[in-house]
Amino acid sequence: MSYGTEVRTPPTTPTPSIAGGPPPASGFGAASLEDRPNRRQRVVPATVWELVGSALAALAFVWLIFSLTGTSAVFGLLVSWLLTFVTVYAVLCWRLHGVLAMKDRLATVAIWSGALMALIPLGAVIFFVIIKGAPVALAHFPHFFYADMLKAGAKDPVTAVGAGAAIVGTVEQVGLAFLMTVPLGLLTATYLVDSRGFFARLVSYVVDAMTGAPAIIAAVFIYLLWVAPRHTSGKSGFAAALALSVMMLPVVTRAAQEVIAVVPGSLREAALALGAPRWRVILRVVLPTARAGLSTAVILGVARIAGETAPVLFAAGGNVYYNWNPFSGVQDNLPLRIFELINQGSGNIVRDAWGVSFVLILLVLGLFVLARMAGRSRPGRRGFSLLRRSAAGARS
Amino acid sequence: MTITAPPVPERPALPEDQPIALHTKERGADLVFRRVLATSSAVVLFLLAATTLFLIVKGWPAIRAAGLHFFTDTVWSPDTHHFGVAPLLIGSVVVALVAVAVAVPISLSTALMINEYAPARLRPWLTSVVDILATIPSIVYGFWGLEIFSNLQIGPARWVAHYFGFVPFLRAPLNSGDYGKSIVATGLVCALTIIPIITSVSREVMAQAPRDACEAALGLGGTRWGMVTDVILPFSRYGVVGGILLGIGRGLGETMIVVLVLSTTNILTPAVLGPNGLGSIAKQITENFSDGSTIEKSALIMAALGLFATTLAVNAIAKLIVSRTGARI
Repeated sequence: MSYGTEVRTPPTTPTPSIAGGPPPASGFGAASLEDRPNRRQRVVPATVWELVGSALAALAFVWLIFSLTGTSAVFGLLVSWLLTFVTVYAVLCWRLHGVLAMKDRLATVAIWSGALMALIPLGAVIFFVIIKGAPVALAHFPHFFYADMLKAGAKDPVTAVGAGAAIVGTVEQVGLAFLMTVPLGLLTATYLVDSRGFFARLVSYVVDAMTGAPAIIAAVFIYLLWVAPRHTSGKSGFAAALALSVMMLPVVTRAAQEVIAVVPGSLREAALALGAPRWRVILRVVLPTARAGLSTAVILGVARIAGETAPVLFAAGGNVYYNWNPFSGVQDNLPLRIFELINQGSGNIVRDAWGVSFVLILLVLGLFVLARMAGRSRPGRRGFSLLRRSAAGARS
Repeated sequence: MTITAPPVPERPALPEDQPIALHTKERGADLVFRRVLATSSAVVLFLLAATTLFLIVKGWPAIRAAGLHFFTDTVWSPDTHHFGVAPLLIGSVVVALVAVAVAVPISLSTALMINEYAPARLRPWLTSVVDILATIPSIVYGFWGLEIFSNLQIGPARWVAHYFGFVPFLRAPLNSGDYGKSIVATGLVCALTIIPIITSVSREVMAQAPRDACEAALGLGGTRWGMVTDVILPFSRYGVVGGILLGIGRGLGETMIVVLVLSTTNILTPAVLGPNGLGSIAKQITENFSDGSTIEKSALIMAALGLFATTLAVNAIAKLIVSRTGARI
């Protein structure tokens, strides 16, 4: 294989790995060796050796420089290593395979490192919640799930605390928010899909705008509207449910609108052509077809709302003992409890916060799995798969 | 819309041959049903619009008291009518920008990795993982950022401040121990919540790049990277830009991470690494709202609305751009 910078002669064997390098210099019809199909191969040993070799060479070089100059910053070492590695690897690939292959290899390195930079920290978050939270939450198994936080102190053992009151609060508040927003959201979504007028566009626009509203807006709104006028009795589970509803209403409406919009128009038209009145078409054809997708969308909305902290900051009150009645007295909430524990934050209290985080993650993941099952269990595998497929089909 | 039956001249017209009128005007049950739907829409519209209007009414006294200085003052002293909103608003925006600047290359790499580089068998799993990561509550990310990440990044932050301190943005007091809770640290943790969003939007858009064009690029002897730059990225650019703007919107609205991680002195300065830095609206509201005086509450509400308006503008541009691709977000 030639290593010179002059015009390269085509290699006698197909280039390993990826098709690259300069185009063959042969003319038309000259069926020669290089016209053989250049198969994309899977990773060949040479590729791996070039990669590992460059990495090791760069590490050795940087290590040497750092030892000679007496520097010992780990972060600096890593950054310098990465830069040196990229340089060495680039030069190596350029000399061996040409510029195009070099670009391709470097891009591959960049894309895999980018993906690792996303997946490692995100994995670390879940890893730490499990490592630190699971021993707390599962120590005396059901205990943490029904005990309350009445005795939580900096010196108290795991057996003294639990997230029971917060679980009750979250379930009741999210349940109330669900009851208040889902019927309204579904009706509105149905209307928006069917209507084209100014009014429908206005509603659609406002719903869109509120989907992106900062969560703190909902907190401030409910505080001023509901909590502050009632003075000491203002904070309650219901106030928290109201604040969550402000967040949830646009989310549910928008998601339902998208799911209903992908119900095939032919189904609707077939029913109308058979003489069915519009209300029956919607209730008996459109909504049942979208049922799986709707459940997925609604459950994902619930999962998102259950983890919201900001809206309930000024509304729930954050009580450490059981209060089953959401309409009177302050109530607790899982994310709010995490926040309060972090703020008190010393010693075992932070440990308890990890425990509650673990419970919250379990709840959210449970809802996520439920949403997936809801999307899959119905006939025809509708739901997300329907949404994706028809969205793709509509364009191609 | 009227449809007339084709003429049938051969035989005398029978009653059933007469064209029937198609009613486009709704009657009876249909009308009632539509009224119910329209009413619910009106209720939704009222509730959502009332939220904003109510807050504008409640926040107006602060604007009236401070006039245009409201957005330019840099000192937070509500009782003397100095609502230094500028460091707060700029701080919120800078946190979002840092987050997006970090998240964009990482998210695009991840999206490309899932679509083009990872083995096909892993693809649905990786997609699900990204979706799950998007569902994790931000308070968990914030807690992790406070407990784990803010300590981890002190070393690198010092290193950067030591060697690149001549850049105004990166200047920081070297002997201070409080590198952990800077604007940059907060932005990096916020990036974690944005990465799944940008990844899933751009992955979906990139997956719609015409497969035959991709195969053609490869078939002509192009490299995989050539296929990405010449087919996939041009095809999906609007969707990607829209996803990025949605990410900025999410970063601007982020509350709990900022409240937990950020700990700065609310002053207007370009430095983003150290403990002396810009503040954040969400943090100011969380900490001072319930105990504040009426005029301070007004100021905080107006600040929140300023943030909302920024978010709204960014999202509107995002929707406009994305709608050109026809992708659903």
